[in-house]
Amino acid sequence: MPKAPAGTLYRGREGMWSWVAHRITGVLVFFFLFAHVLDTALVRVSPSSYNEVIEVYKSPIVNLLEVGLVAAVLFHALNGIRIILIDFWESGPKYQKQMLYIELVLFVVLLVPAAYRMLLHTAETLFGSAT
Amino acid sequence: MATAAAPSGRGAPELVAPELVAPRSPQRRTKPGAAKVRSNFELYAWVFMRISGLLLFFLVLGHLFIMNILDGGVQRVNFGFVAGRWASPFWRLWDLVMLLLAELHGTNGLRTVINDYAERAQTRFWLKMLLYTSAFLVVTLGTLVIFTFDPDL
Repeated sequence: MPKAPAGTLYRGREGMWSWVAHRITGVLVFFFLFAHVLDTALVRVSPSSYNEVIEVYKSPIVNLLEVGLVAAVLFHALNGIRIILIDFWESGPKYQKQMLYIELVLFVVLLVPAAYRMLLHTAETLFGSAT
Repeated sequence: MATAAAPSGRGAPELVAPELVAPRSPQRRTKPGAAKVRSNFELYAWVFMRISGLLLFFLVLGHLFIMNILDGGVQRVNFGFVAGRWASPFWRLWDLVMLLLAELHGTNGLRTVINDYAERAQTRFWLKMLLYTSAFLVVTLGTLVIFTFDPDL
C-alpha cells in the first residue's frame, strides 16, 4: 500500500470511508428532519392541508426516496453502534474493520425486506396488479 | 486541519509535523482582559452524542418501522391516523423525546461539520448562527404542535 502523503490525516480504507458515509448520511437525515417537522406541523393548520402534503409521500418517486432515507438512517444507526463499541469496548478499535463488515451484512439483511415492503404498494399501483 | 508551517525565507520550506491535539481535549479560551477559561463542553457534547445516539437507535428505527412498514406503511397515514396515535400520551411522549434528541444530535453533528470545513472564522460564525436559529425553530414548532394538537380541528 502506498504511504499516505504528508500533511493529511486521511488514511482511506474501512475506517475513513465509514466515517465519510456516517457524515453524509447524518447531514442528509438532518435536512430531512427539518422538512419533516414542517410538514407534520400542518396537522395544526388543517386536516386537508396535512393530508394533501402526506399524499406526496405516497407517490411512487417520493416513495423511492423514502427507501433512500431509510437506508441512510439504517446505516447511520448501525454505524453509530459500531462507533460506540470502538469508543467503549476495549477491543473495539482492534475489531473496527470486522465490525464494519458485520454492520454491512446487517444493513443489507434489514434493508432488503424493508424496501420490499415499502415499495410493494407502489409496484402494484404502477404495474396494475392492485385490486 | 493539519497545516505545515509557512515557508520561512526563500529557501526550501521547513517541514514541520502537524501539531495535533487529542480530540475532545479541554479548550483553552482566552478572552481579552479575562482569565483563561477552561471548558469541558466538547467532552459533554461527545458523551451526549453517544447517549442520544443509542436512544435514537430505538426511537427512530421504531418510528420508521411503524410509519413505513407496518400494516400498509405510509399509504395509511393521514390526519385521522395522526389523531389516533396522538390520543395516546405514550406516542406523544415518544415523538417529543425523539424530536428533541434528534434535533440536538443533528445540530451538534452539523456544528462539528461546520467547524471542520468552514475555514474562515466569520463563515463558521454565521453558518452556526443559521444552524442554531433553524434548530430553535424546529424544536419550538415541533414541541408546540405535539402539545397543542387538536383532533377536532
